[in-house]
Amino acid sequence: MNILIVDDSAAIRKILQRVLGQAKVPISQVYEAGDGFEALEMLKAHDIGLVLSDINMPNMDGLQLLSQVRAAEQWKNVPFIMITTEGSQAKVMEAVQLGASGYVRKPFTPDQIKEKLAGLV
Amino acid sequence: MSALNHDDLVSLVRGATENVFETMLGQSIVSENAYMDSVASTSSNGVVSFIGLAGVWQGTGSIACSAACACRLASQLLMGEYSAVDDEVLDAVAEVTNMILGNVKTALEERLGPMGLSIPTVIYGRNFSSRTVGKQEWTVVPFDCDGERLEVQLCLAEQRDPLKARVPLAGGAAAVQL
Repeated sequence: MNILIVDDSAAIRKILQRVLGQAKVPISQVYEAGDGFEALEMLKAHDIGLVLSDINMPNMDGLQLLSQVRAAEQWKNVPFIMITTEGSQAKVMEAVQLGASGYVRKPFTPDQIKEKLAGLV
Repeated sequence: MSALNHDDLVSLVRGATENVFETMLGQSIVSENAYMDSVASTSSNGVVSFIGLAGVWQGTGSIACSAACACRLASQLLMGEYSAVDDEVLDAVAEVTNMILGNVKTALEERLGPMGLSIPTVIYGRNFSSRTVGKQEWTVVPFDCDGERLEVQLCLAEQRDPLKARVPLAGGAAAVQL
């Protein structure tokens, strides 16, 4: 399975790459994007099986990305996990209503990410 | 501040900072005596990261530490070896700032309503001064981070103009002189 990490922070992308390397899920390739626009290009170019995305990003944020992903026939069932500092109930509800498969608040432990992956993959 | 006082902010900042350090860096951090700083301009060496907050209450949050502290922070966050400040170190400090002030923002939203958070800006240098426009006092919360001092600072003011309170966030209002 190919996984796409979407976060404007290179530090978080590096941490998530490391966590994915430790997770007990079959991973073919991990791709990275710095915002929603780059993520859409990655989704078009590769067969992505899971998206891990931040919310607050420049150009196109994670909620806008999620909305576009769910509106596209070919991606509407791709698991999409939000990983964000946005912790208000309103943001969580917005993400769930748009079709998020999971929601992890930063700061996170590797085990929290692995548990979410295990539940979806 | 009518809805929040200095002690409330100190408590929120301490909770968020300790949570981020323990969860993401695997490190305990010791909180020191917090204070309010009415001087809006300070001289600094090292790394300073700013992030803007917007909404009915708006202002700036920042994290300041030495270059050595920033390198140590990056080494623990990214599980690598960083002995000099580079882009990865600055990115790590930016992300720690985002997580700490993001969690403070989430806690503040329960009392103050929806707020926005800007993308962090990080500065590294020597003998620079930073200044925030306005007369609002800063809440300064120092921490001892393995013998190095790290400060989390927060300056918030109520936006009484409802139109301005809805203006999308454009970034922090801090200016830096190198």
